[in-house]
Amino acid sequence: MTPILIAQKVTKRFGGLVAVNSVDFEIPEKSIVSIIGPNGAGKTTFFNCITGFNKADEGTITFEGAEIQNLRPDQITRLGISRTYQNIRLFANMTALENIMVGQHKFLHASWVSSIIRTKGMMAEEKGALDEAQRLLNYVGLKGKGDLLARNLPYGEQRRLEIARALATKPKLLLLDEPSAGMNPRETEDLTAFIHRLRDELGITILLIEHHMRVVMGISEKITVLDYGQRIAEGTPKEIQSNPRVIEAYLGRGAATEGMENAHERFGNKKS
Amino acid sequence: MKKENFIWNSIKIGLVAGAIGIFLCLVGMVEIFSKRDVVKDVISLGMFLLLATSVLAGFIASRRTSDLLEGNKAVSNLLAGTFAGLFTGIVLALFVLFSSQVNLRAVFLNVTPALLELLTFGQGTDGVWQILVFGTVAGLVGGAFLLLSPSIRKPIVNAVMVIIFMALFSSLFRVIMVNQSGGIEKAAKYLFSQTGLTANGGLIFFFGTILVSVLRSSQAGKVQNLVDKLPQKGKLSLRVASIILLAYVVIMLPNAAGPFIAQVVVIISLYILMGLGLNIEIGFAGLLDLGFVAFYAIGAYTVGLLTSYGEFGLQHVSFWVAVPIAVLVAMLFGGLLGVPVLGVRGDYLAIATLGFGEIVRLLAGSDFMAKYLGGPRGIIGIQKPCIGTLGEFVAVDVPRVCNGIELGKPQEIYFIAIASALLIAFFSYRLRESRLGRAWMAIREDEDVAEALGIKLVQAKLLAYMLGAAFAGLGGAIFATLVGSIFASSMQLIVSINVVALIIVGGMGSIPGVVVGAIALIGLPELLREVSEFRFLLYGAALVTVMIAKPEGLWPSQNIRRELHREEAAPIPSETTS
Amino acid sequence: MRTTLGERLTDWSISGFMWGFRILIVLIVVLGTFFTLQSGKYTGEQWIDFIVFGISQGSIYALIALGYTMVYGILRMINFAHGEIFMSGAFSAYFLATWLNTVGFVDANPVLGLLIPILFAMLMSALIAMLVERVAYRPLRGAPRLVPLISAIGASFFLQYTFRGFFGPGVYAYPPIKALEGEWVIFGIGILRVQVIVAIAAALIMAILYIVVMRTKIGKAMRAVSEDKDTAALMGIDVNRIIVSTFAIGAAMAGAAGVLYALIYRQVNFFMGFTPGIKAFTSAVLGGIGNIPGAMLGGMVLGIFESVGPALFLDGLGIIRPYQLKDAIAYTMLVMILLFRPSGILGERLTSKKA
Repeated sequence: MTPILIAQKVTKRFGGLVAVNSVDFEIPEKSIVSIIGPNGAGKTTFFNCITGFNKADEGTITFEGAEIQNLRPDQITRLGISRTYQNIRLFANMTALENIMVGQHKFLHASWVSSIIRTKGMMAEEKGALDEAQRLLNYVGLKGKGDLLARNLPYGEQRRLEIARALATKPKLLLLDEPSAGMNPRETEDLTAFIHRLRDELGITILLIEHHMRVVMGISEKITVLDYGQRIAEGTPKEIQSNPRVIEAYLGRGAATEGMENAHERFGNKKS
Repeated sequence: MKKENFIWNSIKIGLVAGAIGIFLCLVGMVEIFSKRDVVKDVISLGMFLLLATSVLAGFIASRRTSDLLEGNKAVSNLLAGTFAGLFTGIVLALFVLFSSQVNLRAVFLNVTPALLELLTFGQGTDGVWQILVFGTVAGLVGGAFLLLSPSIRKPIVNAVMVIIFMALFSSLFRVIMVNQSGGIEKAAKYLFSQTGLTANGGLIFFFGTILVSVLRSSQAGKVQNLVDKLPQKGKLSLRVASIILLAYVVIMLPNAAGPFIAQVVVIISLYILMGLGLNIEIGFAGLLDLGFVAFYAIGAYTVGLLTSYGEFGLQHVSFWVAVPIAVLVAMLFGGLLGVPVLGVRGDYLAIATLGFGEIVRLLAGSDFMAKYLGGPRGIIGIQKPCIGTLGEFVAVDVPRVCNGIELGKPQEIYFIAIASALLIAFFSYRLRESRLGRAWMAIREDEDVAEALGIKLVQAKLLAYMLGAAFAGLGGAIFATLVGSIFASSMQLIVSINVVALIIVGGMGSIPGVVVGAIALIGLPELLREVSEFRFLLYGAALVTVMIAKPEGLWPSQNIRRELHREEAAPIPSETTS
Repeated sequence: MRTTLGERLTDWSISGFMWGFRILIVLIVVLGTFFTLQSGKYTGEQWIDFIVFGISQGSIYALIALGYTMVYGILRMINFAHGEIFMSGAFSAYFLATWLNTVGFVDANPVLGLLIPILFAMLMSALIAMLVERVAYRPLRGAPRLVPLISAIGASFFLQYTFRGFFGPGVYAYPPIKALEGEWVIFGIGILRVQVIVAIAAALIMAILYIVVMRTKIGKAMRAVSEDKDTAALMGIDVNRIIVSTFAIGAAMAGAAGVLYALIYRQVNFFMGFTPGIKAFTSAVLGGIGNIPGAMLGGMVLGIFESVGPALFLDGLGIIRPYQLKDAIAYTMLVMILLFRPSGILGERLTSKKA
């Protein structure tokens, strides 16, 4: 399979801290790939480099043959990359439907003048957008909740609404940042199935950051492990499970620091 | 954590309330407001302020007590209220005694003998004990108020609010009603005095409101049913009827009310117009623009330069030609200034736009630009709008003759302002419900995510900024025509603050909120000299209070209301299957 | 690249416009300076006067700027009401100084006559700032950034018009201090004594502040909180107390600045805080907001530019009465710095955490 995204020697520094250190990385088209690693390993920063939130200091990122490392986030989205966020970032005071319709922004072209006079074209476009948004809402299982403000949805539904919003941009590559965070086992199982469906039904390539090992091992076709900003391993779930460096990275600073790491990760995300 | 003793807590609340009371006295509110009545011969507005402070102190102390004791206990609640009120009174009484001994007036201008007389009910220091009684009773009332059931409390609160509202706007209602003849005029004199409500008026409004609120809470369902039962056509005609009624009021208002009220209403509608413009920036796109006045100035100067028959008039075109040009020029400048500024984020944007606004004002008022813009002397002789044809331009300082109807008086320009405000409300509404509106709101909520969803930030923000600028320009253009002259000194930051304040108090992003905000924040000070004295003090307090207590404003935007409504209608079961 | 032509055009026109803006400003500065110097309209002595005035003015801006910078460093919030804190200091000192003056204390003890009003102003400003923090800012901690800013704007107007209500809209003349009148002649050039004293006083106060921040326990705690509130709290620092102290210390600086300002301009009124407030904010951003030495440097730079600028840049371009545009120079610097280098002169390259 041809890779849809290739990262070469991507490096990102924050002051003296090297968050991502010369990472090489490939995602085959229509695959499900995970990035794992201890907290603070630079996973989210790497995501941010792909989506243009952070500019990589060095290296190139190529998406479907085009270099994207110097583009703005909106340009990258227009090329077909979309993402969700570790700490859900919905538009809290907008309704669920409006959230999804913001995702369709790049497909809508009505100018402000035609929006004011409501030309036929604009109305048809809006109607189409609304129908599509409704369809996506149903697709992620939020039927009938379109008029609720995003902030009033329960946690699990917010996660799914965020995915629906990302899907509205019709991505070829979807980046999910810890989609199962805060979910109970049953919800996690549903999520795994749902991610499979995204790939199988819609043909979207999926890259996830995930901590839940059951999810990672269950759905990934390829796993990349980051530690201290460096890629320390790559392979199938089986290979990763038996890789001594991975085990060391996890167990060497494992259980005892778990709590602290959570704080770190949250802090790290503030930077993004 | 150790629980506080409720008495001590109440005393603290009383002391704070007392300090607030002293503040109201020192700042001059009590004395100046005492010239206006809430109800004539019963209570003046100034005294009402102090009374309300003590009652509130009692109420809050009583509520805190319920929190501390985990439940209402009549005796403790009453005691708490009494103590809070008593200490409010003690603080004020000490203030009176102190200022009767020491000449505070050397520092604080408002500690006048008149104030002291007012506070002691005209009896000098011998009357001080009355303050204590007054405070204690007020606190007790406040404390007891909490014990009433909400179904009684609500109508009373409503009634007091209505009385205050009616008293504040009494001059407006009175003038309008007195201008009618016969029964209406008599009714006006029966209800309203020169300075507030009459005793009879007060009673009528008080019990009237209570009656209405009680009826409404018990009959609300029935009325709603009645409306629901109406056929589709009937509902439509109900709406049409109410719109016609509103239109009738709007059209008749200036003629019924006379030039002063018309002037006030024009200014209100100008601010509604500008509020709607700035609302696109602040409310929709979350861009806090403190340099709004710059575009107001640009609109005003453009119209001035294009139409003035005074010495600085470059052209002498008609109002109808000048205004669209002014709007376009303002919009263009919006684009020019917007491009650099909009890259700046959030709070820095506010300061950067403020800087631009000040630069425009300084340039307009400087001798450097005086050749073109009149400098401190301003531009005078702005041609009034004319429906019909304009005669030839003859000479400087001679207005062009209008063959037709000249809209010179405030009550005539009123129609232009109202029409523009309606037009812009319509624009805002349409834009809000479009992809642009959604893009702006997304930017307001989370700029980064909006960008990551494919929204071009600079373009979307620039559009909001340019539209805001255009509407500000329109406001400035109409204002210049209304006043007939422009001075750089009237292009102060204060204009921007007025608009920002009315949007925030009304509710960010809410179109009716802008109207409510403009009526309250612009109308009240324009109507009442007493209020205009404290205009910016009240604005400041309002901004802080709204941000702390009710960030969504008095009249939140549709989304939030729609949502609240829905929640009441059907609680959503939270299932999590997909 | 798959961007459309239209998109590239808008990008180009935006960056082209930004460059045009920069070039315009540079042209004004260069051409103005060239023509002014060529015309030889101003003597060397006048330039030195401008610079000395700029320094004393700048040292006042620097003092006020410290408050902005310290609060921004800790709360990432523009304390819009800070200019009013400055004004309240000047007002408090006015009443005390007038009284001291009528009693004859100032003439007998010029040093104390200067020092006591300054200390009193610092105290009053600090108290008012603490009150404002408690009422208008603390309940909004953690809210989206615009919310505390709007509240601060509200507090600013509230304070301004409170003072107007208390003391009326008039201008009060700050009592003259005889010891400060007259000139000192240094190298044959006469320099106003007030300006020198003001600059020295400001420098002393800033030096004390610097020592407090760098050496004392509370200063260290402040720096810790500004680095990372959560971690500081975990280390047992009472974050609330530190925030209040920061407000109080910043306000005390502003209060002192208020007195110094009143010494130079000899007048006090309720609106006096607005313009110096904005300029001090400009200084803070100029030096790199959150950075204490930066605020001092920024104040000096702004003060000197503003004082020299009208004559140097604008006069040469044939602008009549250029000093009318003195404030416009300051505001232009404000806009420029916010646009082109929001991290300021001394600021670290902004990581997005601090932006």
